[in-house]
Amino acid sequence: MNLSPRRFADVVVVSPVGRIDQSSADTFKDVLAPHLARCTAGEDRLIVDLSGLEYISSAGLRVLMLAAKQSKAQGGTLLLAGLQPLVQEIFEISRFTMVFGIAPTLRDALAKVSASALSAFEKA
Amino acid sequence: MRVRFWGTRGSIPVALTSAAVKQKLVSMLTKAIGTPLDTVARIEAFVEQEGSTPYTFGGNSSCVQIDVGGSDYVLCDLGSGVRTFANHVLATHGPRKANTFHIFMSHLHWDHIMGFPFFVPAYIPGNTILIYGCHDVLEEAFRRQHASPSFPVDFSQLPARIDFVRLDTGTPYDIAGLEVRAMLQRHGGDSYGYRFEHEGKITVYSTDSEHKLEDPTVTDEFVRFFRDADLVIFDAMYSLADAITVKEDWGHSSNVVGVELCQMAHVKRLCLFHHDPFSDDEQIAGMLRDTRRFEEITRSGAPLEVSASYDGLDIVL
Repeated sequence: MNLSPRRFADVVVVSPVGRIDQSSADTFKDVLAPHLARCTAGEDRLIVDLSGLEYISSAGLRVLMLAAKQSKAQGGTLLLAGLQPLVQEIFEISRFTMVFGIAPTLRDALAKVSASALSAFEKA
Repeated sequence: MRVRFWGTRGSIPVALTSAAVKQKLVSMLTKAIGTPLDTVARIEAFVEQEGSTPYTFGGNSSCVQIDVGGSDYVLCDLGSGVRTFANHVLATHGPRKANTFHIFMSHLHWDHIMGFPFFVPAYIPGNTILIYGCHDVLEEAFRRQHASPSFPVDFSQLPARIDFVRLDTGTPYDIAGLEVRAMLQRHGGDSYGYRFEHEGKITVYSTDSEHKLEDPTVTDEFVRFFRDADLVIFDAMYSLADAITVKEDWGHSSNVVGVELCQMAHVKRLCLFHHDPFSDDEQIAGMLRDTRRFEEITRSGAPLEVSASYDGLDIVL
């Protein structure tokens, strides 16, 4: 699983694509881990851009929940962005919209966490 | 195979309050403004179209009957719903007919045994009650519940013949015409699910079971246990977010995980069970709507029928 990480100033954006289900949740957790490790008070802010995600199962939601928990414990900032309608519905039904910070688009997420990252994004 | 739900509420029995009844009446009568309701037939038709408002999911704690047409009765758990079941038995046969009851215990938490002191057949000589379970303390839990100062009639004074039968997981048993298998589940003090098979029909009773989602091999074990079932009765007490965050390790599961497991196991029907006592009828009806929608948008094979259990629900497989 390739998260295609991109850096915009102090923000790292990772973008899982396709499906995160029972069989791929562990891999997602592994590839997310190094980015999450740097999502601390003094380091990177992390945005998970879900605009390319078609489906996420409970096991995948659990990985995101653990990520949010870890980033919070580290004093970091983690935001989700760009949920497609079906994934948005899965988040709503499972009540995960109340657990995560979610922005409608990547641009909105960048605007929320870092002015310099937004500027870098708009120049790119 | 017929499955009858006598108690479907989790943790503690609940009752509709007068305020809730009044709210339902006001809601119904408000909707009726301008509708001609001048005959009983029109009133009944109007009520039927109003969804869950005129109904209640009920408030008795866990008790489910598996009926395969034999002369013996088969139950899962002895929550407060068993009192209503006993009323039904007595109304059907009267008090003089000796009956045999086979009762499979998921576990021994209070909400699953609290109906037994009020189970009238235990007070009638000639009846036989066989209580099956996988816990070492199966008999002790029932005796303690009857002991002073908790209850005025000691267990030793009950006139019916009451036997406790220890079961092992993984071993198939032939009981009352059913092939029965038990499976260990994650819950405080352990709980056990039961898979019942009879003449090609399969019902799985899986309540008070937390799914941590951290080990795919555990998920696979549940998929095998649920495999090709006609009906899975599933602990859907919480939303997924609650079950794996603030209520992690509370020993319960969610509607979302219920759908996922049933889809993976090619189950035909999922019945949401062990409703949260903090949920009112509207919230449970909302959870049912959400669960049906979740099933629809995540479906990759045959449709999974989803229902929410209520006290009095009768499913014929």
